[in-house]
Amino acid sequence: MNDVYAVSAAPHVKQDISVSSVMWQVVIALTPALLVSIYFFGFQTLLLTLYAVVAAVLTEALIQKFRKVPVTISDGSAVVTGILLAFNLNSASPWWLPVIGSVFAIAIGKQIFGGLGYNIFNPALLGRAFLVASWPTLTTAGWKFTVPMSNLFQSSINGLRNLPSNIPEAITSATPLGVVKTLRDTTMISNNMANTVMDNLTGMNTLQDLFWGNIGGCIGEISAAALLIGAAFLAWKHIIEWRIPVSYIGTVFVLTYIFGGINGLFSASIMLPFFHILSGGLILGAFFMATDMVTSPVTKKGRLIFGLGCGILTVVIRLVGGYPEGVSYSILLMNISVPLIDKFTVPRTFGEKKK
Amino acid sequence: MGLKTFPGGIHPHDSKVFSKDKKIEEMPLPNKIVIPLSQHIGAPAKPIVKTGDAVLAGQKIASAGGFVSIPMHSSISGKVTKIDNFPHPTGALVQGIEITNDGEDKWIELSDNENYMELSETEIKDRISSAGICGMGGAGFPTHVKLSPPEGKIIDTVILNGVECEPYLTADYRLMLEKADDIIKGLKILMKILNAANGIIGIEANKPDVIKNFKVLLKKEKKIKVIGLQLKYPQGAEKQLIYAATKRSVPNKGGLPMDVNVVVQNVGTAVAVFEAVRYSKPLVDRVITVSGKIVKKPKNIKARIGTLFSDLLQFCDGTSEEIGKVISGGPMMGFAIPTLETPMTKGSSGLLIFNKKEAHKEVESVCLRCGRCVDICPMNLVPSLIAHHVRNDDWDSAEKFGVMDCIKCGSCSYVCPSHIKLIQWIDIGKIKVSEKNK
Repeated sequence: MNDVYAVSAAPHVKQDISVSSVMWQVVIALTPALLVSIYFFGFQTLLLTLYAVVAAVLTEALIQKFRKVPVTISDGSAVVTGILLAFNLNSASPWWLPVIGSVFAIAIGKQIFGGLGYNIFNPALLGRAFLVASWPTLTTAGWKFTVPMSNLFQSSINGLRNLPSNIPEAITSATPLGVVKTLRDTTMISNNMANTVMDNLTGMNTLQDLFWGNIGGCIGEISAAALLIGAAFLAWKHIIEWRIPVSYIGTVFVLTYIFGGINGLFSASIMLPFFHILSGGLILGAFFMATDMVTSPVTKKGRLIFGLGCGILTVVIRLVGGYPEGVSYSILLMNISVPLIDKFTVPRTFGEKKK
Repeated sequence: MGLKTFPGGIHPHDSKVFSKDKKIEEMPLPNKIVIPLSQHIGAPAKPIVKTGDAVLAGQKIASAGGFVSIPMHSSISGKVTKIDNFPHPTGALVQGIEITNDGEDKWIELSDNENYMELSETEIKDRISSAGICGMGGAGFPTHVKLSPPEGKIIDTVILNGVECEPYLTADYRLMLEKADDIIKGLKILMKILNAANGIIGIEANKPDVIKNFKVLLKKEKKIKVIGLQLKYPQGAEKQLIYAATKRSVPNKGGLPMDVNVVVQNVGTAVAVFEAVRYSKPLVDRVITVSGKIVKKPKNIKARIGTLFSDLLQFCDGTSEEIGKVISGGPMMGFAIPTLETPMTKGSSGLLIFNKKEAHKEVESVCLRCGRCVDICPMNLVPSLIAHHVRNDDWDSAEKFGVMDCIKCGSCSYVCPSHIKLIQWIDIGKIKVSEKNK
């Protein structure tokens, strides 16, 4: 016999895709949102993001060295975690906040379970939850703006000008969702007033601001437009798939339409669901965090259920819970149910008879 | 669009450009051939010649080893020089008969029966089984067995598989262009034996010239339809083709096409059937694609069964670079073989040569649970889950989640970003589960 050639199991051709190509494409997809954030909040946000990324990558490298396993920081997964963590922070955060968040996200959120592929929770969201629990005021209040407030806040504030002094303060410093929360919870505003503010919030001007990002909010969540560009890129590259975002956002749409009004069932304008979708972290969460491969179901039906669960929890937290925003907690809660969802949604094999 | 297809599937680069415009060339006879005694699913054939015997081209040299088996014939005239174990296109060592060419190409007597359609069904089936025909698409199931459905099974549709969804391969494409008449005649014979009312020729949309040609030829045929299928892998897998063409789903857990009243045959098999029935010619040659980026002159070659891959490659002027991998069959489901001194068989549709870079082996990394394998699995399985259970030696769970239903098309391994060898794990699972159930 002559030469002996390489032998391996079929298939012998392979799609040009790898873990690192997936992760770096996610990084690319997150870039437009970062740029918009720099435009609205200033270079501070870029620095915060860099702190988070460096801390995440170093933590991963150190722990992997310590565990004596191959160091895999070049696969980009820690970079993604760092960016997503920073995206969930307030632009006025001190420098150490993203650092502590990233260390927690990587160490406790990821490596303690065995690293990439084994973690139960989305590491970035776990890091954020840790920060919110530890420094609630730093993470959720005091939005900082470098450009003048646009009509959204002007109009909300105009509508509330004649209110008792303690309420406008809460409202002017909050996100649009915070305004809605205050309106729902307080009894100190007259119905007329509340309805006027609601109308302002769901008006075309406000929705436009929400879409482009001219609003208060976390670093990465403000511009729906920038996030959607990134999401479209990932969908085009087949890195995210429609089921989770569509069922998540669709659920929020339907539920906020039914329950979102302040005068009982179905009292909301048809624009209110759009307001809920565009504000807060829903777009960021639905396209970039609920779709995290490791912590979402592998089955198709499971992904629909996962999105549905995230949507229900988000709306429950936003409308009746203690926080104005519920995206991160609802995704974390659904993360825990993934093994169960996967277990009960194994698809019927091709040719299998219906039971 | 209006093109039919199946759920799931992938779009690998089809790489057919190397050989698709190359007319079928007949290869000069090689100095020696090796006829493996197992070229099919079922019992190996039993040799009926001894070393030193002189044989003619087309002469039977091994008889069928049972009902699910086929006889073997010498494909050249010459002398039996060795009966021994030889490398086989599946990578194993298999008993075979080596015949050294006498250069005469003397044939057994062939007859031409123009009225072959008037032969009795038993006579036709006899001719097919004594010609040693098995499926020529790759799996190699003995054709006469497929044509003998058990009592009570009614076949209403015969589907000819002209999909050729494997990248690189163009042998069926050329055959359909150059031998369309014989294919139709073969299909009519198959329909007659099975008493099937409908014939379907399924062809992927990347061969519009073939589809058009068949449509013209079949204009007056009411019973035979040509169906254009979406360009998607594995469109040519039996169950997927049946679904695309008839919307019928072959039952899982060991169901067969005849359970949904269908028989599928490869277009090459149809030609062999026609030649066997009309001329009593045994299956001793076939068309094979020799291709690959580094093959100097990629070709579609009509070669005698048993021709060594080394001779085929030489007929294509060899390679321009050092060889990294040799694949018998297509790149998705074919076998990587260690040596070119391996004979082609009745199921050999292709010989692919990859360079060192194309043969590069990727290292497996951890499963990201991305679900890409779930999204594309044409059998609607969860490949990552099955592989997970196989890794943990949990054969019961592997079986429960359908390891035996996997058709090994390779799509899951193809799309996996973690480079997990899903098919390799699943294959281990298949072996272990069948051992367990023995």
